[in-house]
Amino acid sequence: MRLVLPNPGLDLRIPNHEDLDRIEKEEAGGRQKWDNKAQYILTCVGFCIGLGNVWRFPYLCQSHGGGAFLIPYLILLVLEGMPLLLLEFAMGQRLRKGSVGVWRSINPYLTGIGIASMLVSFLVALYYNTLIAWILWYLFNSFQSPLPWAQCPLNDNGTGFIPECEQSSTVDYFFYRVTLNTTASIEDSGGIHWPIVVCLLAAWTVVAICCIRGISSTGKAVYVTAILPYVVLGIFLVRGLTLKGSWTGIKFLFTPDVNELIEPTTWLDAGAQVFYAFGLAWGGLISFSSYNPVHNNCVQDAVILSVVTALTSVYAAVVTYTIIGFRATEKYENCISGNIMTLINAFDLPENNVTTSNYEAMLGHLNNTYPDVIPRLDIRTCDMHKLLSEGVEGTGLAFIVFTEAITNMPGSPIWSVLFFLMLFCLGLSTLFGNIEGVVVPLKDLKVFPKNWPHEALTGITCVVAFIICLLFAQRSGFYWVTVFDSFAGSVPLLTVGLFEMIAVVYIYGVDRLNADIKFMVGYKPSIFWQVMWRVVSPLIVFIILVFYLVTQAQSQLRYLVWDPNSEEFPSLVSSLYPTWINAVIFLLAGVPSIATPVYALCRLVYVRCKKQ
Amino acid sequence: MWKNTFFLFFILSACAEELCKPDASNGYKVRLSLKTALGDDAYTWNKNEMFLFQSTLAFAMRTSHTGQSYEISNIVVCNETDRVSFWFVVTSPGNPTELVENYIVEEAIRKSRHRINSAFLLTDKTLEFVGILPTLATPVSYDTPPWLIVFGVLMGIIVAGIIVLLASSIVKRKRKTRRTDEEEADEETRVKTMDNGVYNMSFSVEDKLTQM
Repeated sequence: MRLVLPNPGLDLRIPNHEDLDRIEKEEAGGRQKWDNKAQYILTCVGFCIGLGNVWRFPYLCQSHGGGAFLIPYLILLVLEGMPLLLLEFAMGQRLRKGSVGVWRSINPYLTGIGIASMLVSFLVALYYNTLIAWILWYLFNSFQSPLPWAQCPLNDNGTGFIPECEQSSTVDYFFYRVTLNTTASIEDSGGIHWPIVVCLLAAWTVVAICCIRGISSTGKAVYVTAILPYVVLGIFLVRGLTLKGSWTGIKFLFTPDVNELIEPTTWLDAGAQVFYAFGLAWGGLISFSSYNPVHNNCVQDAVILSVVTALTSVYAAVVTYTIIGFRATEKYENCISGNIMTLINAFDLPENNVTTSNYEAMLGHLNNTYPDVIPRLDIRTCDMHKLLSEGVEGTGLAFIVFTEAITNMPGSPIWSVLFFLMLFCLGLSTLFGNIEGVVVPLKDLKVFPKNWPHEALTGITCVVAFIICLLFAQRSGFYWVTVFDSFAGSVPLLTVGLFEMIAVVYIYGVDRLNADIKFMVGYKPSIFWQVMWRVVSPLIVFIILVFYLVTQAQSQLRYLVWDPNSEEFPSLVSSLYPTWINAVIFLLAGVPSIATPVYALCRLVYVRCKKQ
Repeated sequence: MWKNTFFLFFILSACAEELCKPDASNGYKVRLSLKTALGDDAYTWNKNEMFLFQSTLAFAMRTSHTGQSYEISNIVVCNETDRVSFWFVVTSPGNPTELVENYIVEEAIRKSRHRINSAFLLTDKTLEFVGILPTLATPVSYDTPPWLIVFGVLMGIIVAGIIVLLASSIVKRKRKTRRTDEEEADEETRVKTMDNGVYNMSFSVEDKLTQM
């Protein structure tokens, strides 16, 4: 079963064990290193814990059977996440290079994997920083009381509110109109919305200053950006549990539905979430672990990181759902009170005749006595389940559901500042890994002249990225972010992850990897890791990739649009993408995915031509 | 004689009652939500409260419709319910059988809305005049948006930080190149002093050679 492809010249390209010890002793590598182990762990934790833990995992948990979802999540964490994590840590620590350098050392034909990682990191960094720009906008606007999304602006003659705001809600209006000034379709560009440009500038300069010196600057910044979210989550947990309706939310989150475990989509979503949450295949983790001392215990690190990620996901989910439960209860009670008022106004009943406790009974009684009056009244249906499930994923959770909940808490500006500061830190610490995964490969590929300092490389990357991000500053920017989110960070990562595992297990050789880990850590990895690396993890990633491609190919490309002129307003309308979106999707998802084989092919052709 | 005045009074009040009826052309419905507004501190609605309402409305009419001296009897109320809602019409002081136009009444109520609300410890929402929309309070607006101020502060700090970092790395690099230049110069002098294999003591750099 020792299936290894022939790989001549490997020993010439990589330093052997004695060389590694010598380099370490003499510090002749010239490479940066971590000030202490805590910095390294915090950077990795910050990279793995991102916005997805707050606004993707809780939604998945709730929609796939609540507490029962933890079972597939934890199983796939152990079977898929941990082995890949250890793989990346071990390769980085052993070969002491960034992602492009590592794959080039293994075999020059595999450089395409590193290039693909770099492209994916860059594309994801673009739209991720746009999300951070939106978070910054909300953060800047939180320093006033009352909060600007708590009130609707008046219409022209001052007798009512602007119809768009009246029909939807203050928070919807503030997000879609004031913040983004969204157009009605992705084809309608609408020009640049300058508040977003300003916020993008702020976001990219913050990233630039934190990453300007590589890990010597990010290593310091990460003390704040990795620890602050935990503190704020703790504060919100305490605040959330004391709010009315929080336990409704937690019960809704964790009520197990064991039937969901039979559905394949549950397992697929769990696997995809583990893969993306760990930041695998972005190249950032390989880079970070290459700055470690040679004999750092990477096996322990992989296990610690997996446990921390799992616990944090559950922690964030609990906090999120206390707030969601509070908001749903508020809205439900307002709905019932509104209906009660309508009833007593219509029938001129004394005020305390209809209360929340006898509302249902009274409604039934009145419906029987006056059957033709009730339907003409504006009685709304108040559905707690619907309120708990609406808008609880992605940007909708942060910018609509949470902001609405915060306006109902006493002392709203403080909670708003804390919440958006937490989101900002979560996003920023993930971006550090992204930028590392872009700048270091650029250095390894010798795109820039050798004597240019790291500061210049980071600066140029940030400037170029800012200019490209102006695409998202258009009025249709929201739809562009959705396109990037759906396509840039999904299929390419899975393909790169698969290629990585095949490269290490079947080209570098698992035996060699075992010997390396024995040299670095002191013991050979157990049979568990062997089975995972060789069979289980690649199989899982392959299955997820195939299912993902199949479902994408079968479904029509549709997206949700904010259109005040449509009939379904304020619900988002589902409309078809224009045909040119296929070219965009190919650029985003296709190019990084095929970068690996295309590079290998080009290199083959080039080498053959040179021989002749 | 007082039988006649009694009869006249009866006729007048009957006319007044006919003037005020639900869906009257120049009348308005009023709705009070005492328990919603005041909770346990809510007072009970009785004839005295109604008297206060009539007097407050007469005050509003007097303030708005200058020149006319409205009396409490000019405010005619009917159709009281347990909800606490009723209809009212306003009769002209000169001619008690004639109703005041509704746009005059509406303007009077709009002008003195706050005073009327305060008299009953209620708000625009809990003291409703059905058909008269309250003018909404303008949302708070600032000369300089606060977000611009926060953004300015943040950008100032970051730009200062970037300049400091870049300056310190440039200074560090200059110091390093100066030190390597010095080392190279020392290297050259060492080579020079040892040409021809003869060591010229008079041209030596002491500390480089005599390392204790």
